[in-house]
Amino acid sequence: MLPLLQSEFVDKKKWLTEEEMIDFYAISQSTPGIIALNTATFLGYKQAGIKGAVLATLGVVTPSIIIMTLIASVLQNFVNNEYVKHAFAGVGVMVVALVMDSVVRLWKPAVIGYLGKTIFALSFLALITYGTSPVIIVIFSSLVGYIYRKRFLK
Amino acid sequence: MINLVVFLEFFKIGLLAIGGGLVTIPFLAELSEKYNWYTAQDLAQMVAISQTSPGAVGINLATYVGYTVNGGWTGVIAVMGLILPSLIIIIAISKCFFCEERRGFLQDFLYGVRPASAALILYGGYVLARISIIDYTSAAFAIISFFLVRWLKWHPIAFISLGAIVGIVFKM
Repeated sequence: MLPLLQSEFVDKKKWLTEEEMIDFYAISQSTPGIIALNTATFLGYKQAGIKGAVLATLGVVTPSIIIMTLIASVLQNFVNNEYVKHAFAGVGVMVVALVMDSVVRLWKPAVIGYLGKTIFALSFLALITYGTSPVIIVIFSSLVGYIYRKRFLK
Repeated sequence: MINLVVFLEFFKIGLLAIGGGLVTIPFLAELSEKYNWYTAQDLAQMVAISQTSPGAVGINLATYVGYTVNGGWTGVIAVMGLILPSLIIIIAISKCFFCEERRGFLQDFLYGVRPASAALILYGGYVLARISIIDYTSAAFAIISFFLVRWLKWHPIAFISLGAIVGIVFKM
């Protein structure tokens, strides 16, 4: 989605400079939520305040909602079709490959140093062996990171 | 009532699933165990379709899960719940986007969350693999697919289409 935002708002409308766009993207990564969506929210805020932020966000999600609702309602009629079943079995395997690929790509930027590797390994072990809730994983790792940064890096 | 529960659950996911849409998979898998709204099998199929459709995967997935739970409006409610926390946080910090102090505070908190998010995505992959990889054919296809995805930098839709074709041809 970032290339689309770039061509629309930097090149065509000139609402932002290239540097501002990169800054927005960087802050969006360090804010809870979906990165592409956060970037849109920031952009809307810069252009038209709170109203802009809300409308930009709604603008980004509305097509998804409409398209997915249509797909979901249409697909309901085909889930028992033989070919559709085989196709989804194949797609399911491919999705596993795509998800694993994003883990590999995230490794360098997200899993940094011994602490990063430890948090990664312990989180995965807790999820897989004890079925620990993701809620607990996120809260606990954010506290560990916070304490580490406060105590050792400053 | 069910809509309120969906809203609150997705609000929680919006607050804690930091990164991309794939981070939401383990949270949604947990929901499938907590309530009997859908099975893990259904979730795997919803993830596949959400990846194929245009737009952010997380939003697509929330729409689809909401739809499955209780129809179209519940899909809308799920998305609203998902986006509300980040909207609130962004508006709250918006007075000074680039202030070192506030950015530093968020950075400190997210320092440990990033590796945890990577682990959550890996776990999401594991949950999906347990459903999709059921025999030697699918296992072999999974390994080949992984290397194809790593080497060829195609658009995800191209890979998904390939998956569908292989699924039909090999009657998976």
